[in-house]
Amino acid sequence: MSEVATHHHDDHHGAHPTGIMRWLTTTNHKDIGTLYLLFSLMMFFIGGTMAMIIRLELFQPGLQFVDPQFYNSMVTMHALIMIFGAVMPAWTGFANWMIPMMIGAPDMALPRLNNWSFWILPFAFAMLLSTLFMPGGAPAGGWTMYPPLVLQTGDAFPFLIFAVHFMGASSIAGAINVVATVFNMRAPGMTLMKLPLFVWTWIITGFLLIASIPVLAGAVTMLLTDKFFGTAFFSAAGGGDPVMFQHIFWFFGHPEVYILILPAFGIVSAIIPTFARKPLFGYSSMVYATGAIAFLSFIVWAHHMFTVGMPLAGELFFMYTTVLIAVPTGVKVFNWVATMWQSSMTFETPMLFALGFVILFTIGGFSGLMLGVTPVDFQYHDTYFVVAHFHYVLVTGAVFALMAGAYFWMPKWTGHMYDETLAKWHFWLSVISVNVLFFPQHFLGLAGMPRRIPDYAVQFADFNMVSSIGGLGYGISQILFVIIVVKCVRGGEKATDEVWEGAQGLEWTLSSPPPYHSFTEAPDPESITGGHR
Amino acid sequence: MNLLSKNIFISLILALVPSACFADWELNLPRGVTPFSQDIYDLHMYVLWIVCAIGVVVFGAMFYSIFVHRKSRGAKAANWHHSTKVEVLWTVIPFAILIAVAVPATKSLIMMEDVSNADMTIKVTGYQWKWHYDYIGEDVSFYSTIHKDSNMARQRGAELDPFDVDHYLRDVDNYLVVPTNKKIRFLTTAGDVIHAWWVPALGWKRDAIPGFINESWALIQEPGVYRGQCAELCGKDHGFMPIVVEAVPEADYLAWIAEKTEEKALVINDSKALDQMNSIALAEDTKIDSGE
Repeated sequence: MSEVATHHHDDHHGAHPTGIMRWLTTTNHKDIGTLYLLFSLMMFFIGGTMAMIIRLELFQPGLQFVDPQFYNSMVTMHALIMIFGAVMPAWTGFANWMIPMMIGAPDMALPRLNNWSFWILPFAFAMLLSTLFMPGGAPAGGWTMYPPLVLQTGDAFPFLIFAVHFMGASSIAGAINVVATVFNMRAPGMTLMKLPLFVWTWIITGFLLIASIPVLAGAVTMLLTDKFFGTAFFSAAGGGDPVMFQHIFWFFGHPEVYILILPAFGIVSAIIPTFARKPLFGYSSMVYATGAIAFLSFIVWAHHMFTVGMPLAGELFFMYTTVLIAVPTGVKVFNWVATMWQSSMTFETPMLFALGFVILFTIGGFSGLMLGVTPVDFQYHDTYFVVAHFHYVLVTGAVFALMAGAYFWMPKWTGHMYDETLAKWHFWLSVISVNVLFFPQHFLGLAGMPRRIPDYAVQFADFNMVSSIGGLGYGISQILFVIIVVKCVRGGEKATDEVWEGAQGLEWTLSSPPPYHSFTEAPDPESITGGHR
Repeated sequence: MNLLSKNIFISLILALVPSACFADWELNLPRGVTPFSQDIYDLHMYVLWIVCAIGVVVFGAMFYSIFVHRKSRGAKAANWHHSTKVEVLWTVIPFAILIAVAVPATKSLIMMEDVSNADMTIKVTGYQWKWHYDYIGEDVSFYSTIHKDSNMARQRGAELDPFDVDHYLRDVDNYLVVPTNKKIRFLTTAGDVIHAWWVPALGWKRDAIPGFINESWALIQEPGVYRGQCAELCGKDHGFMPIVVEAVPEADYLAWIAEKTEEKALVINDSKALDQMNSIALAEDTKIDSGE
């Protein structure tokens, strides 16, 4: 089959479109990866600007800059954009660029679906962002869209629902593509247990997406029919139940947060062994732990709802399953540390971000464990303690891993080394400011500050000011990342094929940058060593 | 940096700040004034110490390794990369720690969910954007809205500075007065969207869901004024619906109930009188119009 495919490709080589048409019609996994990554970077800055507005208003007590309704829409849109517009497309971008190269395949299994999966996103986000300019403004009921409140959204409501549907469709299609690719197009010799962990985490993420996004689609469709077609799924007056929405939403929502983090685990599991010059400790445990986390992620959802008035048995069940996730997650952290132990480490920027990830994500895990203890969650729920928790796991977790992966693979993608000095500045500025930004939020939550409020009692003023200063610092530091990326794309020290001294895996056997079509011939099975040396 | 060194770091920084400001740099959950709030405060500290200890061990190992196992120090990488024994150990030990956490947590939860044998019941209804309290079995009910000074100071471009308002955003016009040392059952519901009733000193919050009724309880051991606010996004003024509970000795509470009942009776009498005067006036007008 690959011979026929190669022949076909050679025929069309002369006919490749250039310019805008190239990017609109590409079915090449590298081009599509690039599109996803650039889109994600743009969304990161739009969502980031919204965060800056939030932190600006929270700098001091009193309302100085925005009205409460607009503030709520910033909170809502910030989350929707960061989750669905920045992090998820970024992971899909990495999957597109790296998975075919990592498994020795010429491209993804479904290249045209791949193109379509990407191009849905700019359309969906244009629709969502356009609501900022509508009468009534953008949705302001939180990214969690709880009814009845979300049904009070004005003109923006159908746009919100349709945007979510489109983003979801893009994710499902991308997930199907990844799973189909990995199960059908591995080069001979690339057995499942030789796959890089990034591929494993993406397989599992793919299954989570396929199982959970349709549930989100169902939930938001029910919102749509409750608003426009006379149903009463979530209205007690009509015989329905607002809490049912929460169950359905979080049945999607919890696997969703693992979708946001599992590929990060994969990236860190590639970077640490490389810069430690030592094989990943416990490869099979890492695979099984990821599977365990994914399985457990389906039976913990109501820990987002501990205060709704669930029966005792429900509260106990979800407490037990929630704290249980700490076990496989802990196993992963211990395995990373064991990989570092008695190794020979150097600390280039990808390694700095990866190590920052391990420490800070673990701190996020600690607050997560605390949140899982139901009776104490009655105090933590809906406070800044939760906000601190999820920003630790998402920003110093997922986003740091994204940065780590970007620095790790940028020389491969572009053929140039990025500027290591600037990159280290980016790392240190980020890691210091992000902690100034989010650590005090633990204290704010414990002291009694709820979430999603534009103004607060004066006893919360001091830590809010500190947090806002951190926010300003973090926001500005990310501009440095854009400078580094642009500089690297345009030029820099020429990168070798291997790029990093300890690098293992098929992608490092290709040139930097790799050919537009790589692995048109399957690699030599002897060269496939997997995670073990 | 682990949690412990972060705490130390912040404390060192705070040591430089005059102590008058310390109250604002609140680091921890309140112990609260109910048996439940104190129980979960202890549980919170217990779990916090456990995670701190885990952090010290794990981050300690990491920092040691970062310092010692580095190429620039001449470290050579070992090649070992698995050990079933070690994997079992660091699966079983965390599992045991979780059991040690789950057992006291289960006890506390069972205590909280046992609403039986309450001495009195208060129905709390959340509205956009105020609370309504109804003392079941008494003829006392009223709305509780954000205090007008707070409401003025919180407007955009307000002349009044939040720092000059007493209990800014945490004061209301009508306090919820309750007796100390009585088991009070709280029924929470709502009239429009989901709200949540939260007073940290009592140790819990509960969602107020339209069309449904949730039950919680509190036994307040110490007299005092306890402040909280809505804890579920409910629209534009979600941040502006505070809660104030005033716990007083039983005798004072009963006197307050008597006073409120009488006030309400007076109001009803007044309005009855007003209705009578209005119907007399209407009858007069009708007579004049019909030319009598």
